Amino acid sequence: MDNEQRSLSTIAQDIAQVARSLGLKFCPVNFEIVPAEALYTFGAYGMPVRFTHWSFGKAFYRMKLQYDLNLSRIYELVINTNPAYAFLLEGNRLIQNKLVIGHVYAHVDFFNNNRYFLRTPKDMVERMGAHAEKIREYEVQFGRDRVEKTLDAVLAIQEHVDYRSHISPNTLKNETKSRNKCPQGEGQKKLGKKKSSPYDDLWWDLQDNSTESSTLQEVEDLLLYLLRFAPGLEEWQRDVISIVREESLYFYPQIETKIINEGWATFWHARIMHELDLSDAESLDFALMHSQVVQPSRLGLNPYYLGVKIWEYLASVKPLDYLWDLRETENDLSFIRNHLTRELVEELHLFNFRKVGAHWQVTENEWQKVRDNLVQQLVNGGNPRIIVLEGDYEGKGGLSLKHRHEGVDLDIVYLEKTLALVQFLWGKPVVLETVVDHKNVLYECSNGLVSRRQATKILDKEGFRE
Amino acid sequence: MWEPSLTAKEEGGLALSDEIIVSRDDWSLHRKGYLDQTRHKEKVDEIIKQQLGDLIVDESIILSDGKKNTKIPMRSLEEFRFRFDYNKRNHTGQGTKKMVPGEILGREQGNGKGGSGSGAGEAPGQDIYEAEVSYEDLANILFEELRLPNLDDKKRPLIAHDRPVFNDVRKKGLMANVDKKRTLLESIKRQAFAKKGKDSKLRITPEDLRFKTWETRPNFETNAVILAMMDTSGSMGQFEKYISRTFFFWMVRFLRLKYENVEIRFLAHHTEAKEVTEEEFFTRGESGGTRCSSVYQYALDLVEKDYPPAHFNIYPVHFTDGDNIGSDNAKAMSLMKQLVEISQIVGYGEILRTHYSSTLMSTLKRISDPKLRLVTIRDRNEVYDALKTVFS
Repeated sequence: MDNEQRSLSTIAQDIAQVARSLGLKFCPVNFEIVPAEALYTFGAYGMPVRFTHWSFGKAFYRMKLQYDLNLSRIYELVINTNPAYAFLLEGNRLIQNKLVIGHVYAHVDFFNNNRYFLRTPKDMVERMGAHAEKIREYEVQFGRDRVEKTLDAVLAIQEHVDYRSHISPNTLKNETKSRNKCPQGEGQKKLGKKKSSPYDDLWWDLQDNSTESSTLQEVEDLLLYLLRFAPGLEEWQRDVISIVREESLYFYPQIETKIINEGWATFWHARIMHELDLSDAESLDFALMHSQVVQPSRLGLNPYYLGVKIWEYLASVKPLDYLWDLRETENDLSFIRNHLTRELVEELHLFNFRKVGAHWQVTENEWQKVRDNLVQQLVNGGNPRIIVLEGDYEGKGGLSLKHRHEGVDLDIVYLEKTLALVQFLWGKPVVLETVVDHKNVLYECSNGLVSRRQATKILDKEGFRE
Repeated sequence: MWEPSLTAKEEGGLALSDEIIVSRDDWSLHRKGYLDQTRHKEKVDEIIKQQLGDLIVDESIILSDGKKNTKIPMRSLEEFRFRFDYNKRNHTGQGTKKMVPGEILGREQGNGKGGSGSGAGEAPGQDIYEAEVSYEDLANILFEELRLPNLDDKKRPLIAHDRPVFNDVRKKGLMANVDKKRTLLESIKRQAFAKKGKDSKLRITPEDLRFKTWETRPNFETNAVILAMMDTSGSMGQFEKYISRTFFFWMVRFLRLKYENVEIRFLAHHTEAKEVTEEEFFTRGESGGTRCSSVYQYALDLVEKDYPPAHFNIYPVHFTDGDNIGSDNAKAMSLMKQLVEISQIVGYGEILRTHYSSTLMSTLKRISDPKLRLVTIRDRNEVYDALKTVFS
């Protein structure tokens, strides 16, 4: 153990003590001092170990470039496991590390206590190591190109996983391929049953687990659906899907708590630093660094800044107990919806803007509209909601998807490319219904070629379904 | 020195261990980021390869003689997903002052959220970087595709001739071969050992002198000559000249990889052939009909005079619009046959913008020797295919 490590260990212990005395509750944290390169690698891969894919290389290159050009630097990285791992940048000054260590403890407190993290596995480093190993084996066995092509396609839809599957009726549990072959009678039976009480849907999964096949429930978990029902996939490809799905499920709570968690950690590192005996020079350094972290970014929204502002505001008007409760129960969406106040919107000069002609123009600055727009952007992790309608489209085994249009159109270029990737996985044709400029449109992809037509047919189908 | 606080103890379930470990490992083995970055680069190169036909005819490379890079808007590989149309949605931003509806934030580009540094695209996170594709990059990718099948190995020993190789340094020798650098170094060393005052002048004494000496070795130098032939009759315009220029540009550079010396001679012809300078070759136009046999004869004469096939690898390439005087075809063919015999590869390219098939091409097709490579170029990006046909 060299001197730096020894002194950092002492400091980490002191800070842990301060953090605990302030009320933070966290599992043990292993700190590692790593060179910039390693930190950027972990940043790009999201983990110290992960499977190989060029998209991570691209992210790594971008992060490293920004570091080399002095555009941005990461000071730390925390992995949500038990014990937690935190990586400190080699060459951080002592005062920087003090701030970072405080920040890390608050993050770990959040991971350990926030409800959205309740279900994340605590041994994810090992699991991802095993995933990486499997993918490597598949590369050896089936060729790098085939594995890459499969990963390209699966990663393109990695967000389309049902993150709330544990609280929703498990529609796929009993599903069989014939679910849409003779759906009518059974569907009606089910719908009829459903209507018997306005709250039945809440208990639906409890009541209905016994019914074997074919619900008319739309499926949100595209990955799981493909994994189970894609007709032409080989076993190893299904495994690739399940690997990506598991990792996606692990990362999602972090995505949906970015603002609140960064705000929380920033709020607490400032408080912890106040408790420490800092020299004048250190205090100045700390103030500088803290202000860099919460620097408002032009036009975009710095999650650290927005988050910490809300926490500070709450701390000024509410008792501390209330804050502990919030960190257990809220995610970004609810945090913004419930606690972004008029005062904050005005103090932070938040506004909405959009493209008008060739210009980006301010459209609104009323606080509710700003809040609602932020909330809308956070729905479903900021991703469009794509659901599976059926796996036997037009009786020919096609996959039928629908974009739940919630006011914003999809990027058409991306839609077409992604649809082709889904079709690669499904094998047979894939259709996607969406709305473009207020018109229902159907995109169909077969053999990698995408065509577009007005959607009238699928509407009929829905009529038929109801 | 560190006592776990009461709170921590109460949290028994969470705080499994009060030990705090700060460690430092050897991370130099973590090369993964670089490996995947390399894979990304490979995939970008694949895309360049797909565009190679367009890129290698880029004026900025050809006209600057490979000194200038060509800039193309190069995306890094996109990661497709279902996403919202950035241009069709409301965004939330933060101002330094109160912003009022109607205020203009910026035009099309620079839409702020797109991410700093990555440049401004239409949509967020679109990674366009103006990649400089350098001559070297293009050349590497292009030359990977090209082959030189008739590198005549048996010819190599034949053209061996003795050549002095300076490979030793001695204290005695001819003054003309004095090695100035080593001599100077010796002088500095000697004076340093002597520990004279620093201001003393550097002096070279006879014992400082070092001479290069040589051995004679058989030299298997490989020489190649390109006989660039072009029809300069009235029908050959700017387009045709540019096509041939591009072709020769890459051809010379490719052959330089394979041979130590590559010469190029420029032969222009209409009904008569003559040797011209490079500049004239690519810029001058003349009027009149076309008699291809004239240039083939000229080439054969030139080979006989300057480039004995025993010592030279000969690469004649002829560009024409194929509009040869009908009565000349038979003669052209027999001369072409002779040319093919003495050459490594003969390229015959017809640059056609209209769609007739010329009589000369159909005549030459009767020569079955695989060393004769016939290509037709109708569009600028077909230069790439032509290169691949000739060098395959």
